[in-house]
Formats: sequence, C-alpha cells, structure tokens
Amino acid sequence: MTGSFSSRNPAPCDLSLTVNGEMKTVRAYPMERLLDVLRHQLELSGAKEGCGEGECGSCSVLLNGALVNSCLLPVLQAQGADIVTIEGLAPGPQLDRLQEAFLTCGGAQCGICTPGMILAAHHLLRRKPDPTMDEIREGLSGNLCRCTGYVQIFEAVAEAARRRVNS
Amino acid sequence: MTNERIVGASVPRKEGRDKVTGQARYVDDMTLPDMLYGATVRTQFPRGRIRTITFGPGIAWNEFVIVTAKDITGKNVIALIADDQPCLADGLVNHPEEPILLLAHPNRHLLPQAVQAVSIDYEQLPAVFTMEESENHSQIIWGADNTFKTYRVEKGEVDEVWEKADHIVEGEYWTGAQEQLYIENNGMIASFDPQQGITVWGSLQCPYYVHKALMALCNLPADKVRVVQMETGGAFGGKEEYPSMIAAHAALLAIKSGRPVKIIYDRMEDMVATTKRHPSRTRHRTAVSKDGKILGGEIEFTVDGGAYATLSSVVLSRATIHAGGAYYWPNVRIKAKAIATNTPPHGAFRGFGAPQSLFALERHMDRIAQVVGLSPVEIRKRNFLKPGQMTTTEQTVREPIDMEQLLDRALKLSDYEAKKQRFTQENEISKSKKGMGLAAFLHGAGFTGSGERNLGSVVGVEGCADGGVRVLVSSTEFGQGTKTVLCQIAAEALGLPYENVEIAQADTNEVPNSGPTVASRTVMVVGKLVQSAALGIKQTLIASGLLGNSYSPEEFRAACRSQVATLGSFRSWARYEAPADVFWDDDKYRGEAYAAFAWAVYVAEVTVDLTTYTASIDDFVAVQEVGKVLHPVLARGQIAGGIAQGIGYTLYEKVIWQNGRMQNGQMTNYIMPTSADLPPIRVFFEEMGNIHGAFGAKGIGELPMDGPAPAILNAVEDAVKVRFNSIPLLPEDIFEALVVDREPHAAGRVR
Amino acid sequence: MRSNPADYQLVAPAGLQAVLSLLAAEPGGWLPIAGGTDVMVQYAAGKLPARKLVSIWNLPELRRMEVLPDEIRIGAGCTYTELREHELVQREFTLLARAAAWTGGIANQNRGTLGGNIVNASPAADSLPTLLAYEAELVLVSVRGERRVPYRNFHTGYKKMELASDELIRTICLARRFSGHLAYTRKVGARNAQAISKVCIAALGRCSGGVVEDARIALGSVAPVPLRLMETERLVTGRPIDSSLLALARKAAVAEIQPIDDIRSSARYRSAVAGNLVVEFLEQLGAGENRT
Repeated sequence: MTGSFSSRNPAPCDLSLTVNGEMKTVRAYPMERLLDVLRHQLELSGAKEGCGEGECGSCSVLLNGALVNSCLLPVLQAQGADIVTIEGLAPGPQLDRLQEAFLTCGGAQCGICTPGMILAAHHLLRRKPDPTMDEIREGLSGNLCRCTGYVQIFEAVAEAARRRVNS
Repeated sequence: MTNERIVGASVPRKEGRDKVTGQARYVDDMTLPDMLYGATVRTQFPRGRIRTITFGPGIAWNEFVIVTAKDITGKNVIALIADDQPCLADGLVNHPEEPILLLAHPNRHLLPQAVQAVSIDYEQLPAVFTMEESENHSQIIWGADNTFKTYRVEKGEVDEVWEKADHIVEGEYWTGAQEQLYIENNGMIASFDPQQGITVWGSLQCPYYVHKALMALCNLPADKVRVVQMETGGAFGGKEEYPSMIAAHAALLAIKSGRPVKIIYDRMEDMVATTKRHPSRTRHRTAVSKDGKILGGEIEFTVDGGAYATLSSVVLSRATIHAGGAYYWPNVRIKAKAIATNTPPHGAFRGFGAPQSLFALERHMDRIAQVVGLSPVEIRKRNFLKPGQMTTTEQTVREPIDMEQLLDRALKLSDYEAKKQRFTQENEISKSKKGMGLAAFLHGAGFTGSGERNLGSVVGVEGCADGGVRVLVSSTEFGQGTKTVLCQIAAEALGLPYENVEIAQADTNEVPNSGPTVASRTVMVVGKLVQSAALGIKQTLIASGLLGNSYSPEEFRAACRSQVATLGSFRSWARYEAPADVFWDDDKYRGEAYAAFAWAVYVAEVTVDLTTYTASIDDFVAVQEVGKVLHPVLARGQIAGGIAQGIGYTLYEKVIWQNGRMQNGQMTNYIMPTSADLPPIRVFFEEMGNIHGAFGAKGIGELPMDGPAPAILNAVEDAVKVRFNSIPLLPEDIFEALVVDREPHAAGRVR
Repeated sequence: MRSNPADYQLVAPAGLQAVLSLLAAEPGGWLPIAGGTDVMVQYAAGKLPARKLVSIWNLPELRRMEVLPDEIRIGAGCTYTELREHELVQREFTLLARAAAWTGGIANQNRGTLGGNIVNASPAADSLPTLLAYEAELVLVSVRGERRVPYRNFHTGYKKMELASDELIRTICLARRFSGHLAYTRKVGARNAQAISKVCIAALGRCSGGVVEDARIALGSVAPVPLRLMETERLVTGRPIDSSLLALARKAAVAEIQPIDDIRSSARYRSAVAGNLVVEFLEQLGAGENRT
C-alpha cells in the first residue's frame, strides 16, 4: 500500500488472502480484526471471541503455518497470507486424526475452545510429532479450557500423536 | 439391568462432530436479516437515585433505538423468586453495573462510543459493601434488615453438649467470590412479531426460566413467548438465571424497533456485570469428646447475596443442608442467612452453596483433629455417617455407603501415609515444603426437599417417521453431556442402537418443561423420566399390536414407522412423581433433603515454594461413589473439569472489589489455571447404584467442586504449619503469614 | 470490541525507508505496529489514543538475525518464537531464550517482537531485564541515519524512552562474551503460563574460588523501568559467597528497588521475592562455579 497517507479519512480496502486453500477477496477496514473478517465476511464462524485480549486462544487460527490469535491481528497484516481455520483442517467428510481423538477421548465438552485448541494441537504436532506430556502442556498453554481440566485434551493430543506415528 | 450395551459405554457425543469441526452454532454465530446490535448502559455507582440522563454530543442519536424502564409493558422485573430485581433500574440503583437503559444500532461498532456518551447524574446514597456492614444494619439497603433469607436447623439438644465436651473447638472460615468464566460470553438474539410474539435464541441453561421471565416482563401469554437454546459454550450456573436478564433486554429492543436484536457481552462486561459465586463466612463451634467424637455443634453460615435476592435463598438452602457434611452430628444447630450488599447480585455456580459450607467444615475437621490429638484420617473415621444414621436434617442414610473404605482407597491411591511421613522429614531440610491434605464430603443431587415435586418435570419421547425416537426435554447441553446421556438412556430402555435416538433442540415450542438444567439432576431425575417415557413408546407400539414383547431393533423401527404412517408422530410423556417415602418439612427444614447423595474423598499433594510463596499441586486423587457411571469418558471429564475449577477457586481466582465493583474484569488479571498449572488429576469411581436414578445414576456435576479447596488448604497447612482459613489463598497471603506474621495461628481473612 | 475500525487508518509501506519517510513527514503522527500483541489489546479495549498506525510487521530489514564473531544482531521485528528457537540464542543467550519462551502463549510468541517489547516498555516485560544483563546496545534508525545507544540508558522513566518521534529500533546487539557465565532467570507470575510477571530476574555471574568475579543482576516489575541492581552488583563483586554476603545482598537489593502495590501483587511481596531471587542466584553461583 504505497502513496500519500496523510490526512485521509480511513476507508475500507480490498485485500486478498488464501483461506483454507481458497483465494478470497475481502473488503474491510485495515484495522478490522482478522477474527471479525473470518466470522462475518467469510462466514467462517469456527474461530470464536472468548476474551478479545489474546488470553484464551479460542480465536486461534494458522497464519502461514504459525498459530496466531486472530483477535489481535489487523486484517491488513493478513494480506497475501495463507490462513487455515478449523473448517479447513479436514475439509472433506473424513475427520483429521486430532478431531477423531478429541471425540474418542472427551477432549471437547462445551466445544467453544475446541476449534482453537485443535489448531494449537495441530500446530504442536507439526513441530513435535511425538511430544512429551510436558510439551503438550506447554504447547496448549495459550488455550484456556474451563470445562475439561485439560486432562482429556492432553490424552486426545497424545492419542492423535500415537495414531500419526503408527500410520 | 445386567446386559446394558449402551449405558455404561463411552458412546460418541451426540453433537461432538459439530464441535470438533467448527460447525456447532453458538448464538454469536447466528445472524438474522435486518438485525440490530444491542448494548447496555449501566451505572457506575453502587447506590443512588437517578436524577437526570443526558445523551451527549457527537452521536447520531436518531439512528439509535433507545429503551428505558418506561418502555416495559408488563412488570419491570426479572421474575425469579422474590421478584425484587428490576429489568432496568428506574429511580433507585442498587449496585455498580446495574442496567439503566438499552441502545441498539445496525452497526455494532458504533455502540461502545454511544454507551460512553450517555451520562447519568445521581444523588448518591450510602452503600454497603461487606457482610459485616450489612449485618450491622448501618444502612438498610434491602427489605427490613438486609436479610434475604434465613434458615435454622435444629437436631437434638445442642445447648446441653457444651458441659459434656472435653474440647470445644472454634473456627471461622471465609470464601471469596468466583467468576464462572465460561469461555463463551453471555449472548441473546430476540425477535418480535405482533402475531407470534417474542422469540429469543441464546446461550442458556434453563429455557423455561427465560420463558417465565419474558411473559411477566412483556405481559404475554405462554404461547406468545418462545425460547430456543443455541449451542452453549460453558455455563456452570452462570447461565442459570442471568440469561433472563439479557433476554429481557434483547426482547425490549426487539419490541421497540420491530427488528431482531442481538446482544453479545464482551469479556469485561460479562465479568463485571453478571453473577458470581456467593462469598461466605462460616463460624463453627463444636463440642468434641476426648476420643474425637463430635458431640454437637453450632454452625453459623452467612452468604453475601449482592443487591437483589435472585437465587440466594436456594444457595443458602443447599449450603445449610451440606454444612454438616458426611458426618454424624447427634446434636446440631445451623443458623444460616443470606444478606444484601450493594454489589451485582451473586448467583448460581456449580456447587451452589455446598463448596462454601463444606470448605469450612473440612478445614474445621482438621482443626478438631489437631486439638484432640488425632490424625485427619482418624478424626474422620470416628465421625463418618453410617447407614442407618441420620444426617443433620434427620434424613436416614439408607444406602450401604462405607466412607471409611472410600477414605482408605483414596489414601492408598495417593500414597498418603508414606508421603506424609517422608515430607515431614524432608521438610526439615528442604527449601520447598510439601504436604498432604484430604477432604471427605457428600453432595445431594436433585432439587432440595419438596423442590422436585414442586417442579413437576415433564419429559417426552416421540416416535419418528424414520423409525427412530426423539427425546423431548428442556434440559440443555452445555458440555456436560446431556444430549448424549439422555439418548443413551432412551436407547437402552428401548433396546435400540444409540444412533436411532435423537434429541430435540431445547425450544419451548417443541419440548416440555423438564425443569432447569441445574442441581446435578439431569441424568438422575430427568434421565429416569426419559427412561419412563421411552418405555411408554414401547407400550404404545405393543398396545397397537405392531410390536411383540420382545423384538429386534429392526422390528421396533418397522413398528414405529408403521405407527407414524397411520396416525402421525406419536409421543409418550412422563411426569415426575416424588417417591412415597420421601418427606420434607419446609418449616423445620427437616427430612429427606435429597433423593440421593454422592460421596467422595479427595487427596491433594502440595508443594509450597518458599522463594516465591506459591503453592502448587503435584498430584490430585479423587475417589467418588456415584451410583452408576453411565458414560465413563463424560463422567471422568466432569470430575476433572470440576476439580480444575475447584483448584482455581482455591489458589488462583480472586475477585478484586472496590466500592462494589470488580476491578480485574479481564482474563489477563482474573487468573484461571492454564494447562501448565494443573496437576495430573486422577479420577476413580465406585458404584453402589441408586434406586431413584436412571439406571442407578446419581448426579455428579457439582460434586467435584466441593473437595479441592479444603483438601488443598489442609495440605498447605501440613506443609508449612500455618493455618489458612480463607480462600482464595494467594502467594501474597502465604507470604504475609509466613514472613510478616511469623506466628502459627490462623491467618486473618483476606478479602 | 470497543473501538470502531472505521476510525482508524493502518498503512503498510513496503520497505523500511518508506516507513521512515512517513514517520519523518509527520513526527508522532503514526504509531508503528509490529505483531500487535500489545497495541491490539488496547485497541480492543477502546483505549488506544492513536488513530493512525503504520505496520512494520514483516519488514525484512527488521527480521534479520545476524551472527558475527563477537556479537549477535537481532532485528527488532524478530518474534519470540524466532528468539527461543534460534540455536545460538539458546546456547549463548539463555536468559533471552527463556524469557521469550515464557512470554504469553505460543500464539502470542509467534507475533510478539523484541522491538515491540522494548517500546511498549512495560515495567513487567519479560525480555527487558535480560537485555540489561547482557548490556545490549540498540541501533536506532530514522531518515537521518543510524545511531547506536546502550540499552541501559534507553528507558528514562515510566513509558518514557530515548527514542525520537521519527525513529524506530532496528537492531538489538548483544556481545558474545557471556557464555562462560552462569545464567539464572526466573519469572514469578500468577500462574505458570500466560502471566504478567509480579517479579522477574535475569542474572549472569562468574565465580572463582567461591569469590564473585562478575555479577549482573536485572529485575523487572519492581520499578517504573527494568532495573539493573548496580549497587548490589558492586557490593558482591570480589567478595566470597557466604551467608553474610547473602544477607547483605538481599538487603541491598531490596533497597535498590521501588515495587508498588497494584492489581497483581503487593510491594511487600515483590520486595521479599526479589530478595529471595537475588539470594537464590548467588547461592547457585556459589554452588555452580562458572556453570552456564
């Protein structure tokens, strides 16, 4: 975005980004939060607002492969980025191993933290395919869950790791 | 039921797939055409009389819908029990964050500035912020004497025990407020149509509570109010009564504007303006014999209810009944009161009074042990309730519970004795101090006393065109597994595969009132009704000649399809009937308080780091007798989650109050444990069955909230030899007691 | 969300020079935003005074990590993730790697930057005491050129810093001469992850024959700015580590800091814990002898 910047009223701009493998164009104010653009313009409501301050992680998405809190990201900074939301983790009818493991192990109760939690776990397993319990704990420490006490979430992640290793 | 195939198995969560794929629809995921967004203007003063309301400059007010108390056509009240809480303050305000007026606009981004631009001028009145100020009657802020409710339980002859006592043990115990902190904030969408009336969709536990409140507020008959529960992202009691308020607000805006209105709180508004767990103070005075037997005692229990009555009388009730815990009290007097302060009303939160009174009791038991010279284990064994004995409300324990054995099992699983000995030695030389602590308790499931009879819950099961059945209840799913377990029950009752049973969305147009989803009653009470109603479907098909007495699933489905094809979809209803031998006296507060109790012993292993004064938990063992485990993964998940909240309640979650307003209303400074803070939580079940519950189940949702706080504080005392009797217990409190006070007496209450 | 996006401008010039030109054209008119983990929280709370922001996220000039024989040059736009995963930072600048690992959670580490931590200048910032201990130098850049300043002079008061209104931090330079030191760091927060510190310490030490040869002790959350305890360091240098030195060091440390009561903790607690941490550092130094 070049050109003269001063003394101009803010205006929405056109941005293009890849979301779940598809190229998307959105029209948004540059300071709209990526979370809101995903939920409203793109109708991907899997990412949730739990706190609006980057503490709970329920807004987590992957941006260029990195886990980020979309409530803290101005959409302008996502221009040209490759975003993956929970809807894109397993786009077909077959579930991702993490999703299956969350179902078997009771990793989801009320479900509101679940999209962010699964993406955080996905991000962890990409970097550490066979994590220790401490590494799982640390990898998910930015995602708050009020229902499970984390026990069955950890078990789900460990189970998904096992299934990955065994496949 | 010896050959259960579905009940007792960890079947897939009914709505699980939607949750792990991001398809589950919570209220903020829904948009209606032409929808406006709503916001609430709230007072910042704790008590006063409104003088003027000014709509400031810089806002295009003509674009906004504005609603005040004057717009309420019915009663300006959130109908619940005492009907003292206004929907919108009109004249008097009684707590910070009390709602005064409502705004709506198509662009939600314009609302925060508009809210800021409304200024309200008050004549300030003196306010009351603490329990002491309230009970001293320096200001009367509610009723005649600031008292919402009192209870008095008397058993035996308490006044005669003091002379016979070898020891008289006293103690004072405090618990602070706790925010439910569901990760999904409160939200509602309302829509109004002059013919159909009001419809609301929202995050809620009790559709019929909201239904009742909207009828009164909008002066509408029952069939002109419809309440639909959306997927709900956690509740824990925080969405038991509060949703009626936010639904009322959305409804008023929808009526005034003629358009659908969505109100979603952000985290700060939700934290500072909605309900929290009641703070409490308990005073124990106990007469004990030299061999450690409780001869009798007086228990004085007080909760701070905030500015309006809301559910305080019911919280008080449960706290009162649980105040004597799992022990035999031959003589007891319990005096309990709920009093008013100028803070946002406190409300339901998992446990609902029992965590408060059980915390006091289980700390007090350790104190009694010290005074008498017995171990915490032995003092409990000598006083546990046994089958055939009566509780403090004179309910006879009819089931073969063996608390000694439960305790022994917990001690073994936690390696309590060996660790306690080892820590005593290691603490001499180590810079960190370790300790072991335990708590033994019970939790009554279902509504108290005549509560279930008064609710008169109704459940339906419907035969469907595809040959399967559909469960019709107003009981809601918010993570605890309602949908899954009720479908399991129906499937088991009918001999059908789990996949052939569905459950309707909790929509008051579609489902009967099976009572609120609270009080650990859903599986036990509502589940039993589901079982009955399901059997009713079977009877109908058999009576129609379409089904034999024994049948295969295919035969059932064919019969059901046939019935529907000929006569349309058909339903079977079941209504709650109180067991004949259950008797409760509301005046004397005596009798069968609960249809069933679950029993538990929890053990905590704690380290106190003396460099940072932090207490952390290294291991947590939870053993409980729960009737029957209908779904092992869900049951374990409930216990682990409740314990995590209990750990938060004990060591992390402090509400910082200033003039009645919560100052730390953000996730960054209201501290909830992360995954890096919680220990391995080891959960174990025992199953004795329960004649009053579906397939022998008892309620378990709230039980795990009662044990962690006293177990942990007992362990901290074991570690550092200082008596802490107040929660939350923060490192700053441990520091003050260890370093500043330097005396091994009970540390003062910390607010 | 309490701010209206329509009220804000955010621009993302391509390249550092374009950003600097903008800042020079309107000094103080544009607020730089990197990863946004501080700015966006203020924005969402409706508490961001700035209405015009310039994105410096992903400027390649700010993301470079240069390893030279005698120093490492960290681009101000390097994220905590990049810091904690960098092999050399882990090996030779342990304090910084650890601080990066306990700042926020993984998602915030992927976006938060070292430069952002410095200019946000929270007294509780996790990495800043480590930069004091390592005697970092900052390269500041503007259209007028570059200048290199010692970090210890950068913060002049609470949220006040030696940074011109048209300047950005470009690089943080750390001399590679501390791998022989014992590195001791601890963060005391309200919980084990995602916590704002109540007290944090970053210390380096060298000890020979039980005598302190060199000690650098920096603390966060105990003053309006991150603090190096120069008096305490002077007191212990050249002295044998024994129980009387520990007592003196504790007293000196407590005298040098100015902790406050706030929503997170109390001054008394912070003082006591700060003293404990300094003592723990010296104890480890005495026990370990030049162990990193």
